[in-house]
Amino acid sequence: MLITLEKRPTPSRGWAIATPVLAVILTMIAGGVMFALLGKNPVEAIRTIFWDPLFNPDVASYSRPQLLVKAAPLILIATGLSLGFRAGIWNIGAEGQYIMGAICGAAAGLALYPLEARWIVFPLMILAGALGGLLWAMIPAILRTRFRTNEILVSLLLVYVAQALMASMALGALRNPEGGGFPGSRNLSQWPAAANGELVANTGLHWGVIAAILAVIAAEFLLRRHILGFDIRLTGLAPRAARFAGVNPDRLILLCMGISGALAGLAGLFEVAGPAGQISIDFASGYGFTAIIVAFLGRLSPVGILLAGLLMALTYIGGELAQFMLSLPSAAIQAFQGMLLFFLLAVDVLSNYRIRLATKGAA
Amino acid sequence: MTPLIEIDGLSKSYPGVRANEDVRFSIAPGEVHALLGENGAGKSTLVKMIYGLVRPDAGTMRLRGEPYAPPRPSVARERGVAMVFQHFSLFDALDVAENVALGMENPPPMRALAKRIREVSEEYGLPLDPARLVGDLSAGERQRVEIVRCLLQDPKLLIMDEPTSVLTPQEVEILFRTLRQLSAEGTAILYISHKLEEIRALCDGATILRRGRVVGSCAPREKTARELAEMMVGQTLTPPARAERARGPIALEAAMLDLDSPNPFGVGLRGVSFQVRQGEILGVAGVAGNGQDELLLALSGEIRSPTDAVRIDGHGVGHLGPVARRRLGLVAAPEERLGHAAAPDMSLTENALLSGGPRRGLVARGLIDWAKTRIFAREIVEQYDVRTPGIEVAARSLSGGNLQKFVIGRELSQDPSVVVVNQPTWGVDAAAAAAIRQALLDRAAAGAAVVVISQDLDELLEVADLFAALNGGRMTKPRPTQGLTVDEIGLMMGGAHGMEEAHAHHA
Repeated sequence: MLITLEKRPTPSRGWAIATPVLAVILTMIAGGVMFALLGKNPVEAIRTIFWDPLFNPDVASYSRPQLLVKAAPLILIATGLSLGFRAGIWNIGAEGQYIMGAICGAAAGLALYPLEARWIVFPLMILAGALGGLLWAMIPAILRTRFRTNEILVSLLLVYVAQALMASMALGALRNPEGGGFPGSRNLSQWPAAANGELVANTGLHWGVIAAILAVIAAEFLLRRHILGFDIRLTGLAPRAARFAGVNPDRLILLCMGISGALAGLAGLFEVAGPAGQISIDFASGYGFTAIIVAFLGRLSPVGILLAGLLMALTYIGGELAQFMLSLPSAAIQAFQGMLLFFLLAVDVLSNYRIRLATKGAA
Repeated sequence: MTPLIEIDGLSKSYPGVRANEDVRFSIAPGEVHALLGENGAGKSTLVKMIYGLVRPDAGTMRLRGEPYAPPRPSVARERGVAMVFQHFSLFDALDVAENVALGMENPPPMRALAKRIREVSEEYGLPLDPARLVGDLSAGERQRVEIVRCLLQDPKLLIMDEPTSVLTPQEVEILFRTLRQLSAEGTAILYISHKLEEIRALCDGATILRRGRVVGSCAPREKTARELAEMMVGQTLTPPARAERARGPIALEAAMLDLDSPNPFGVGLRGVSFQVRQGEILGVAGVAGNGQDELLLALSGEIRSPTDAVRIDGHGVGHLGPVARRRLGLVAAPEERLGHAAAPDMSLTENALLSGGPRRGLVARGLIDWAKTRIFAREIVEQYDVRTPGIEVAARSLSGGNLQKFVIGRELSQDPSVVVVNQPTWGVDAAAAAAIRQALLDRAAAGAAVVVISQDLDELLEVADLFAALNGGRMTKPRPTQGLTVDEIGLMMGGAHGMEEAHAHHA
């Protein structure tokens, strides 16, 4: 007997929905085995990661709001990235755009310090944050359209430039003049005109969450109803057919890079003005890279990304909890998260292929 | 005399399809035997079984009286069976001798091989220089590489799959002389083609396949092409009706159109000029790879040119993209259906939107009207007889002929004033091909200017009012089709590549 893969004439919708669920289940099984090999009770470990952050009365009051705080930037960035990914435009440098959004947004706000008019300061920061991310993404975009450079490399390398810039800002131009020489800017979350605080107490709901939900709705609408969304999908599925249809590939590159950069910049601004509070050397926390995983976990569909972002945030919070409560090594948690992506990509084959058992010889 | 090969009761099924069922026939030594049938009749599966690429489910073969069941092509080659495929398996960046060596089990040293290639090619009248790069060869010369590769093995049975689809009439003559010589030396030839006149000229016997079964055999010389076609299709064929058409003003014009090919081994266009009036069909002949794809891209707007190099109704449109040209009335259907004219993984509805948006008002202020798009898709499916379970299936699940009907239907349903199509009936069965040609004629009768780019001369002679040929990116001056002789057409197409020095001008 031979196992063969047979391409489905039309991709299966049922499997497209079922595969992420299957991937999570397989991750739980494989992760459970790994935890067991590490000498931990697998059931307890899985429960600590997936159940306790939400429902364990001892920790949920802290960890439940964290879910939205962690999920919002992931969803916001991943939604933007998914548009480009669908069109075959690989912005790998969302982390850099996220950092630049934070720097520009914070700088725009700090320039007005200590103005108390929130209706001027906060919107201006949002605008500057989005613009910072957008312009940073335009560098790989324009280099690609003008000189045919590879946007994967350029956007990725610009992450390290942005990180260096972030450190220099924390130590130099944006350093808190009243901070006693310590690196780091003024704390924006303690300045009412600029703070991106909780809108409803103990929920974790802040403006970034609202922006993420709006982005998901807008992206879903774009992909379903707008010709631009159609052009994006067409370019990804059949680039030559897209040129035949009249899609201008360069315009699409600028647009997708611009949208993903602006959303990443927004995520950075909401982070720096809220949960992080200030520009600091260790501001960058990898949201921009994790968002790539979230985008694929969500099947590059906005609603899928919403769910995937929440799931990913849960594994982060639950992972921290497991480290702390069960003293699991952090490498094991990272391996667990890696398994999730691995299984997700592995089972994806089922939506386009059907597995057949064939007798040998009937080639 | 024992037959060279005897095929007895061969059957082969794939999931859902019986490709061959109880096929039996035999070929005598030195016989040129035609295998006739529409697309999907099972010809390919049958020859793949003979060549050892596919194992039959049932049935036996005997080669020179001995049991023959090749498990793989190398065994078939050892037993003296060789095959020239329709699509060449050659590497552009290697020279002729290297390509030949790659197809051999134990290639001799290069020098000896080059000498053998020269000998064989001279012996059989197939001029070929072993040192030339394959990327620089014409389609006809590439085919010679494949044939010489087979002849070096001294085959007893040579299988040729649609060998003339890429050749000019003169090149076809050269090929036929070679095949007749081989036949006289005792090599049997199994010849697959749908060009009936050729089969009548060349073949001694014919086996006709329909839906995987043998439905008849005959001596092709004793039948008319029409009778052969009807045996193949199993129904009476009606030739397309050509109504008298009124000619209007010039609708499409190209003036000294120059452009480079986007493809490294492609051929750019050099000074292409022509005019097509409303109600007129211009047929553009030529062997593939002489600028046909580039001509379509330049007319459809995928490649831009100076404003006045392409004019629609007198307006310069060279700088405009495909969407703007569609608004002005030009529709186009590229040769490659899957991936160029249609997105394989998208539904028929989405593929209807792909080019139908601007002229059918499917998009208003950027918003897609899916209800209207579905109506459009359904209209195409119904009016052009596209066999599909529904409009939400992926384009790649349709057969080639049905997808082509969908693509042509999509373009012609947009009430165009200019139509440009490349290879409209390539790989399409006879009935669908006839429907597509009729649709093009009807569109011209309705007042559209039509450009048909095709390698199928019969097709062009059937539909075109004006005839031109593309050769090395240059186009001949269009001439009225009526009264053209085959020799004139051959000369327009550039004669026989490699037979004369004349084609050395493509620098």
